[in-house]
Amino acid sequence: MNDFGLAKVWVYLAASPLLHLFATLLAFIVASRINRWAGRTPLLHPVIVAIALLIGFLFLTDTDYTTYFEGAQFLHFLLGPATVALAIPLYDHRERVRRMLWPIVVGTLTGVVTAVISAVGIAMILGAGPETVLSLAPKSVTSPIAMGVAEKIGGIPSLTAGLVLLTGVVGCIVGPWIFRLTRITDPTIQGYSMGLAAHGFGTAYCFASIGSVAGAFSGLAMGTSGLVTAFILPPIVHLFGL
Amino acid sequence: MGLIIGMSILLGCQFLGEIISRALALPVPGPVLGMLILLIGLITRGSVPGSLRTMGEGLLKYLTLLFVPAGVGLIQHFGLIGREIGILIITLIVSTSVTLLVTSQILQRVAKKATSSREGDA
Repeated sequence: MNDFGLAKVWVYLAASPLLHLFATLLAFIVASRINRWAGRTPLLHPVIVAIALLIGFLFLTDTDYTTYFEGAQFLHFLLGPATVALAIPLYDHRERVRRMLWPIVVGTLTGVVTAVISAVGIAMILGAGPETVLSLAPKSVTSPIAMGVAEKIGGIPSLTAGLVLLTGVVGCIVGPWIFRLTRITDPTIQGYSMGLAAHGFGTAYCFASIGSVAGAFSGLAMGTSGLVTAFILPPIVHLFGL
Repeated sequence: MGLIIGMSILLGCQFLGEIISRALALPVPGPVLGMLILLIGLITRGSVPGSLRTMGEGLLKYLTLLFVPAGVGLIQHFGLIGREIGILIITLIVSTSVTLLVTSQILQRVAKKATSSREGDA
């Protein structure tokens, strides 16, 4: 009797968007706690841990992604307005942009072209399939833009989302090491490079570990490189014959 | 009411962006065009409305949470990831390192040149 009641509850929960929306928020809270306990290491970034917890949960409950997404789509939808909202920090930093306009223009163009060509080139040399290459191409820019671009050029948006997150983790690990090795000490340059190569993860890292100037420049780079990538990535990828 | 106005501005810009992107068949995602439209609007207006700032900064503060649903989508690609795991790892590490290296070097050189030429002018 009791088992039957529980089964009925589960049937209701599994079919309603409530369960997976709630599970996503819960997983994120738990993941944030785990990250704090682990001393905020980028290896256990809350997003990565939350995704791992949820994938484990879906496996355990034998739920497919479509069912999960029916609940989680309410959060996913907010990526659109959040992308639009990136205009606010860009507007706030307009004076700084004006002052550093020339380095920023040259740095952003070279950085974005390097990010795209190196990702596409290396993946192609190593023999990746076309879908993988196209999903890797926008890996350095913030997820909402990267997913939009992947969708437009024929990549797999959800694969891109995962690769973008991993790029963020890699950037936070190798970035400080590269700056030390090449003696880059200017926080504006460190911040801008981190934001360009490792989007929001780089920005969060800069605010936490380098300082607020680096954080602001990183946030700026995230916006400008996202914008530039959206415009110049499709033609670059086209040059590779994809 | 503030949050509703803020959200309406964001959704309105996204809406315009989507329409332009689709009508002109542009390769740029609608929300990115929406961001440009909002930026132009803010520069024209000369300030950020309080309601927009509250809503927008609230969204950006929890931006990482919004990545989670899409990230869980990796579950659909375990086959592909398993086949190409080596390629993915090498590409991510090498490409991200090269990007960081090139960007920071270029920025340093151009910034140095910009400052020294300005000093030369004076």
